[in-house]
Amino acid sequence: MAAVSALLALPILVVLSFVLQPAGEVWRHLLDTVLADYIVNSLLLMVGVGVGTLLLGVGSAWLTTQYQFPGRDTLIWALLLPLSMPAYITAYTYTGMLDYAGPLQYQLRDWFEWSYGDYWFPEIRSLPGAMAVLSFVLYPYVYLLSRAAFLEQSVSVTDASRLLGCTAWQSFHRVGLPMARPAIIAGLSLALMETLADYGTVQYFGVDTFTTGIFRTWFGLGDGAAAAQLSSVLLGFVFLLIVLERWSRKRAQYHHVGIRSQPMNVQFLRGWRATLAICACALPLMLGFVLPTGQLLVWAYRAADQIVGPEFYQLILNSIALAAGAALLAVIIAVLIAYGKRLSPSKIVVSAARVAGMGYAIPGTVIAVGVMLSLAWLDNHIDFWFRRNLGISTGLLFSGTLFALVFAYMVRFLAVSLQTVESGLAKIKQSMDDAARSLGYRPKEVLRRVHIPIMRGSLLTAGLIVFVDILKELPATLILRPFNFNTLAVRAFELASDERLADSAIPAITIVLVGLLPVILLSRAIARSRTTTYVERTNADN
Amino acid sequence: MKIVTLLCLALGLMAPAISAAETQEVNLYSARKEALIKPLLDQFSADTGIRVNLVTGKADALLKRLETEGENTPADVLITVDAGRLHRAKAAGLLQPVDSTVLQESVPASYRDPQHHWVGLSLRARPIMYVVGKLDPSALKSYEDLAQPKWKGKICVRSSNNIYNQSLVASMIIANGEQQTEQWARSLVANLARPPKGGDRDQIRAAAAGQCVIAIANTYYLARMTTSQKDQREREAAGKIGIIWPNQDNRGAHINVSGAGVTRFSKHKNNAVKLLEFLVSDTAQRFYADINHEYPVRADMEPSDTLKQWGRFKGDAVNLSLLGENNSAAVKLMDRAGWR
Repeated sequence: MAAVSALLALPILVVLSFVLQPAGEVWRHLLDTVLADYIVNSLLLMVGVGVGTLLLGVGSAWLTTQYQFPGRDTLIWALLLPLSMPAYITAYTYTGMLDYAGPLQYQLRDWFEWSYGDYWFPEIRSLPGAMAVLSFVLYPYVYLLSRAAFLEQSVSVTDASRLLGCTAWQSFHRVGLPMARPAIIAGLSLALMETLADYGTVQYFGVDTFTTGIFRTWFGLGDGAAAAQLSSVLLGFVFLLIVLERWSRKRAQYHHVGIRSQPMNVQFLRGWRATLAICACALPLMLGFVLPTGQLLVWAYRAADQIVGPEFYQLILNSIALAAGAALLAVIIAVLIAYGKRLSPSKIVVSAARVAGMGYAIPGTVIAVGVMLSLAWLDNHIDFWFRRNLGISTGLLFSGTLFALVFAYMVRFLAVSLQTVESGLAKIKQSMDDAARSLGYRPKEVLRRVHIPIMRGSLLTAGLIVFVDILKELPATLILRPFNFNTLAVRAFELASDERLADSAIPAITIVLVGLLPVILLSRAIARSRTTTYVERTNADN
Repeated sequence: MKIVTLLCLALGLMAPAISAAETQEVNLYSARKEALIKPLLDQFSADTGIRVNLVTGKADALLKRLETEGENTPADVLITVDAGRLHRAKAAGLLQPVDSTVLQESVPASYRDPQHHWVGLSLRARPIMYVVGKLDPSALKSYEDLAQPKWKGKICVRSSNNIYNQSLVASMIIANGEQQTEQWARSLVANLARPPKGGDRDQIRAAAAGQCVIAIANTYYLARMTTSQKDQREREAAGKIGIIWPNQDNRGAHINVSGAGVTRFSKHKNNAVKLLEFLVSDTAQRFYADINHEYPVRADMEPSDTLKQWGRFKGDAVNLSLLGENNSAAVKLMDRAGWR
């Protein structure tokens, strides 16, 4: 396992190695001019998105697990839908709706005979606008992980808290929330890492963050070393996040002792309470999904002149096959690493996994460059060896193939699958392992017959997030893909970056539709696991 | 572990087999979007029987890919949408000179590399646009005029992250020197109606909606809005906009090219040259003009009807290689001037 995690850490280490290169003059310039802005904006953006995703994600997760109200069953899975929206597409749609030249302000000016400067209207393309848009797209990470945690909490614990006289709020605030904290923080750190790596949204909104700075330094100033050094500073942020997350997990090692022995004991809401709950849960869905998709549909209907033909089906097929294969691989690797750590926490595995896990917060382009450098080095050395010893040229074996692409996905998204799997595994008490081992199971069997059935929800969650993430992943796909190979995300981006938003609406909607299916399947599976897992496992054990 | 190894192997095998040099094909790295090049490539394949393999992407990333792949790179041709990147590719030793009379006779000297490492394929002009009726076009004659205090709060322009702005400022550094250009950039920033955001079309829309009076944008964006068949609001917005060709009394309006070069380690050089020659042929030049409303690079080709109505103009004849050389100076200058 050490080899795999070391391999996955390699591209990041390659990028980090640029720290050693001198790039003094550009740093002077950055310090004098824009670096302070990058830091302040990035930090503010993280705080804003942190608050936003927690508000939208945790609240809806608690309401949908603890209460029954009309529409709940639909909302449970529908709340995940924004996950499949590429952030920059959402940014485009909100700009389309709310910008000065957009329909809403246009209508207002028309009605009240205002002109520019007569009235105040929130500017969507701004730092607060970026916070909002990113929160709308990223809250599902928090929702998904905290909901899974709330569901896995023993019912008897919440019941006990209510019996002991806690009000509904106290039971949430004093029992449910602390117990779910590791999961919530895991979800939050995913959202924040994605925030740090975001380029499309902040770039379009004219907010200068670390990411835009990296690209400006690299491409505009033509200084790759300084850009890589900025990336390492970015890694500093990530490291802080990870330490914070570990720290919070260490302080609170909550295992659920009781197993889900009873079906969910939900409380029925009626009247205004029900209305309130519906509104609170429908709001994130509206903001993250319904409104942006609505705008996309309007565009697609009004202006798109793209023909959906066989070539378009090929795009869909490519996207699905790539995302599904890579997601499966990501879950397998995550289980192996997490389990390896549980069995024998070797320092190398742990630190390599941690470095690889940072990939999630690094802009895809930077990862891609790390992957390119690593693979090209390997390819050229193999080629050299073959030519010298056997007189034949092997050319590029890995670079420019799907392997390179999948490798980059692993580096970038391992954090997602690993965190989800680890938090699932951490909830299983060590005594379970011991019991299973004492009954004569070998470690492999313990994993297969004890851990994996218990963790099924976490594994599906991990697979789903990675699937959807890859479906919409852009920068690495763009650079590393082989000849004549396109995906939906590439198509949507090409049209959008050519400022043909209407035409880009069709591939964008298709990404959402393709992402929809696993979202529905997953939430079904998670809901089912709540009531059935225990029974299945007892049978298996007998 | 076994499963992982197997999966890796399977993926490795899916890799396209090492291409034999004999096959009639040419491999293309293109920063030009697929929709704006694919029809041409299909035409080329139909005419010549040479298969074109395409990867599109952002220019800098493609350059990096070319660079890391080294002499084993499969790419034969690099296409970018600005001269600065072509210059960068040449400087990094990624291109090779092409000796083709067709190219040299078709493409005017200022739109190709003096050492024949790359040629321009289409021209992109970046004039000043204004809202008709809200400004007397004779009061604004040059990019330099944009710095005048009378335009305070009236100008929209996109972020300096964009290569078109970087090239424009580079051209001004060449014409006026760094110090004077920085002063100009500061005054321009002071005149902006709003912090830079969005793309070129957004600037045009903002002007049409009344947020500013002057916008700086490439002509093909306006042309596409004008000819937008289904979107009536885009057409209305574009209808309010007029064009000022700046600096007609001196160096001319800023022009950039989309262009191409043959890679240094090309394995299909003959085909690559054929492709470049095809891209300056009548068919290809008409496509650039009529489908994307760019100016043909060949002097003997007419632009599209939409572009024609904006009149003829004098373009800045500075050799475009210089834009690439001054790009990093331009970016730093804009950082100092506060142009985000």
